[in-house]
Amino acid sequence: MADKIATREAYGNALAEFGDKYPNLVVFDADLSAATKTGVFKKKFPDRHFNCGIAEGNMASVAAGASTAGLIPFFSTFAMFAAGRAFEQVRNSIAYPHLNVKIGATHAGISVGEDGATHQCCEDIATMRSIPGMVILNPADAAEARLAVEAAINYEGPVYLRFGRLALPVIFDENYKFEIGRGVVLAEGTDVSIIATGLMVHEALAAREILAGEGISAEIINIHTIKPLDTELVIASASKCGAVVTAEEHNIIGGLGSAVCETLAGAVPTPVLRVGVEDTFGRSGKVPALMEMYGLTAANIVAKAKAAIALKK
Amino acid sequence: MEQAKKAELSRIATNIRMGALTAVFSASSGHPGGSMSIADIMAYLYFSEMNVKPEDPKWEDRDRFVMSKGHTSPALYATLAEKGFFDKELLTTFRQADSILQGHPDMKAVPGVDMTTGSLGLGISAACGMALAAKHTGKTFRVYAAVGDGESEEGQVWEAAMFAAHHKLSNLCAVLDLNGLQIDGPITEVMNPTPHDEKFRAFGWNVIVINGHDFDQIESAFEAAKKCTDKPTVIIANTVKGKGVSYMENQVSWHGAAPNKEQYEQGMAELAAQL
Ligand SMILES: Cc1ncc(C[n+]2csc(CCOP(=O)(O)OP(=O)(O)O)c2C)c(N)n1
Ligand SMILES: [Mg+2]
Repeated sequence: MADKIATREAYGNALAEFGDKYPNLVVFDADLSAATKTGVFKKKFPDRHFNCGIAEGNMASVAAGASTAGLIPFFSTFAMFAAGRAFEQVRNSIAYPHLNVKIGATHAGISVGEDGATHQCCEDIATMRSIPGMVILNPADAAEARLAVEAAINYEGPVYLRFGRLALPVIFDENYKFEIGRGVVLAEGTDVSIIATGLMVHEALAAREILAGEGISAEIINIHTIKPLDTELVIASASKCGAVVTAEEHNIIGGLGSAVCETLAGAVPTPVLRVGVEDTFGRSGKVPALMEMYGLTAANIVAKAKAAIALKK
Repeated sequence: MEQAKKAELSRIATNIRMGALTAVFSASSGHPGGSMSIADIMAYLYFSEMNVKPEDPKWEDRDRFVMSKGHTSPALYATLAEKGFFDKELLTTFRQADSILQGHPDMKAVPGVDMTTGSLGLGISAACGMALAAKHTGKTFRVYAAVGDGESEEGQVWEAAMFAAHHKLSNLCAVLDLNGLQIDGPITEVMNPTPHDEKFRAFGWNVIVINGHDFDQIESAFEAAKKCTDKPTVIIANTVKGKGVSYMENQVSWHGAAPNKEQYEQGMAELAAQL
């Protein structure tokens, strides 16, 4: 297996890589270019990188204005400040006029680790998902993060890209196809459908092995685009398996789990159990300890899968 | 300024006020006070200062205008109609469910609107983004923005002020509509944002203070703004909220209230007399 790399790192590298191909690409930062990894782009294209200082609301609206004059702005900060602090600017300056702005939000979720609750945003998918026309991409590894960046550049309109701080194994190779709005079946199965996003895709794949050892066949679906959700795939997999588990590094309220429930409730009512942060705030700690503490593990997915299967009928 | 030009701008400004009043009356809602105070500035911007093409509203080299105080959309719509971006008749559809004229400006719906606004504090930042983009792409268009004095209580206005000075956006010219009133009362009583001149100067801006109803002063301010090549400019325009309609002048209550038929007719008659 290749070296571990965080999706935020892949994001910075992708910006620098695609900067050549897309000359209108510019990057805005709010004093976090070292952490968001946009510093890589800044180093290569210093005159296409603009620091806004610690003023995220202004940054979002500035990016909106810049996009009206033909630039493709990415603005970056932590998910907490992009989707939280600047929510209203994202909604009113960017999304309402459907402007071509990309939001590169890093440090999403519990895996921020030591910085603790103020920096562990588990609400960003919920806020972004509630905005009409917003596209939400949540890549599971570095390869997918790179593809997500290019897809966002080629998509005309607002895109929220969610990246993590934690270094992860790379699971997708150069043959992997990425299309906005298209979920990916990573493994077929028949007993339970595990629909995962972001770093929980890794846990879902591990859960599948454990379940297989117990004679349970789990289908694994990677949802890199939380909005627009691949409802066709979700409905098909739920219909086939009859039980669903969702897994995300986000509050179980308002994220992927909610989106899947909303989809299935009106189409093929199916038992759905959600793995995620259970409506609580995070805390400081080493990431593995926190993942354990908040149930963001393969073991919890396995337990929820069995419980979901038990609810079938 | 030549007498003939002044008379012409004055006539246009009065038409803008009449159009704004008609829009608000037709909708039975909207914001007349701040539309009246900014009308002379709007007339000067669109009929003397800005390089725009009503027949090609998205022309990429056009000068941009952002109504950061988006609630005064009646002044913007009346100006755009006066300039020929769309039919004046449309003003009577303001705020109706089947109209393109939303309560607050929608750039996707209305020809000539360069930025969607309505949430105070956001427009001036967007104007900064446009000015930055112009500099970055080597374009020579200028960006104008109208900011309310009440609006200047928003922290984001000062984030934008910092940004514009830091990035030397000399192609940006903001107009602060210093009419002294906001919704809950005089700005100095609600949350005193003054002195604007010293604040903007401290933030690194070129500051010009004028009477916002005097076309000579308006002209020299915009001319001086263009000569400043290393800083953004703010024109602090002392204005009268409700200007031109006697019963609205300096009245807090006319910030966001529509006239009844009688009041409308009186207002239109007073304005017509100024033509
Ligand atoms: C962020 C935000 N908060 C509150 C409002 C509601 N609001 C609309 S107009 C206004 C007062 C604005 O006063 P000022 O900026 O002085 O405008 P003007 O006097 O030119 O009409 C307020 C509070 C808003 N539109 N946006
Ligand atoms: Mg005011």
